[in-house]
Amino acid sequence: MIEVKDIHKSFGDAHILKGISTSFEKGKTNLIIGQSGSGKTVFLKCLLGLFDFEKGSIAYEGKNFSDLSQDERTDLRSEMGMVFQGSALFDSMTIIENVMFPLRMFTKQSKSEMQDRADVVLNRVNLSDAHNKMPSEASGGMQKRVAIARAIVNNPKYLFCDEPNSGLDPKTAMVIDNLIQEITDEFNITTVINTHDMNSVMEIGEKILFLKDGLKEWEGTKETIFKTDNKAVTNFVYSSELFKKVRKMYIEEDD
Amino acid sequence: MTYLHNIGTYFIMVKDIFRKPTKWSVMKTLVLKDIDDLIIGSLGIVAFISFFVGGVVAIQTSLNIDNPLIPKYLVGFATRQSIVLEFAPTFISIIMAGKVGSYITSSIGTMRVTEQIDALEVMGINAINYLVFPKFIALSLYPFVISIAMFLGILGGLIACVYGGYGTFDNYIEGVQTDFIVFHMIYAFIKTMVFAFVLATIPSFYGYFMKGGALEVGKASTTSFVWTSVVIILLNFLLTSLLLG
Repeated sequence: MIEVKDIHKSFGDAHILKGISTSFEKGKTNLIIGQSGSGKTVFLKCLLGLFDFEKGSIAYEGKNFSDLSQDERTDLRSEMGMVFQGSALFDSMTIIENVMFPLRMFTKQSKSEMQDRADVVLNRVNLSDAHNKMPSEASGGMQKRVAIARAIVNNPKYLFCDEPNSGLDPKTAMVIDNLIQEITDEFNITTVINTHDMNSVMEIGEKILFLKDGLKEWEGTKETIFKTDNKAVTNFVYSSELFKKVRKMYIEEDD
Repeated sequence: MTYLHNIGTYFIMVKDIFRKPTKWSVMKTLVLKDIDDLIIGSLGIVAFISFFVGGVVAIQTSLNIDNPLIPKYLVGFATRQSIVLEFAPTFISIIMAGKVGSYITSSIGTMRVTEQIDALEVMGINAINYLVFPKFIALSLYPFVISIAMFLGILGGLIACVYGGYGTFDNYIEGVQTDFIVFHMIYAFIKTMVFAFVLATIPSFYGYFMKGGALEVGKASTTSFVWTSVVIILLNFLLTSLLLG
């Protein structure tokens, strides 16, 4: 479980995060949504420890991240998996080398053991035949799946994803969403996803956090988001005619 | 203030190069790759430039000596001194700042832009050690490059001198052997090691701490070349004053 209390973060005079408090439960898919510039990515990078924050605390299983020594932070980070918006695969390595990388760095496994584990996770993301390709030879969807495989290869406790569906067609986006949901359930990990994709919200949003102007505007689930009267949420989520109709049908069915 | 901030950040980065080292099995591969990219990959251009600059130094020296009282072996002597004391250690380093330095800045900068450095940090890896330490080790072989530059520079001078009709083989070799001071070689290699450290760290600094996108990678490479050259020239002056002054 990750507990966040009153996080403040500024860049120069720009106050980006203005006191966000929330918690992300183990075994659940937690989604952070909000307009561009609402502070989602900064918030995610604070969670990962890539940005220091001025005020507040982030605790992983009760351990305050700010109180940890450099080595303790490093140990905690080895329990995290991250899927970056642009996949962030190492372009000098093949796909299987990318997936084996965390094992090479943090385990004492033999090469064949690492290879076997990488095979398992690559099969899990349906990429059993792409081992020796370079990242530049893979499509956007394949790169995202490799990034997911790399993130879960070392059995992380926490999985973070920054816009995992950006630049993907709707069908591939759905495959990625389902994969993340299945992995979260299968390995009982705490998953936090930054997204703009409303299909993801409707499909896998077990907990949804809506940010606006650096503040938590609304918090709920994919079920409660249909019923909320919060104007900022409805303006954002139901900006398309399609989702307006979905909402109307959902409310009518509920009545 | 920005300059002071950058200098402070640079020294913190230098300290972090040696903190929390990467596993040797991984580091070994990185070091070998960097030796290939930075040292072996530079030999061609270094050899080409050294050979022809050595020839030019010999010809220029010869053409500017018209006093019959000056001994003929001076061409070999002047070529050796120019190549060993300045051209090989200092000016090859400026050339390397352009070739190797901009490669280091752009490769690390591209990793920054594409979030590969963030990926390393999230995994709990000391990204500075992972990226910069192999370059530091690879460039510890830099004196080997400079030795080749010295040899080829003097050889280029010999060939230009003999085949250009500016002097005889024996005169040139006599000049190369005249008043040979071992400390001049020590001085040249001390400079070389200092410049190797500068070549590994300043371009890495500009790549690692760059902000922005692809355009800024290009700007960072240019800035890195300028500052690496400036630091090499200043350190050259300082070391020469301290060691030979």
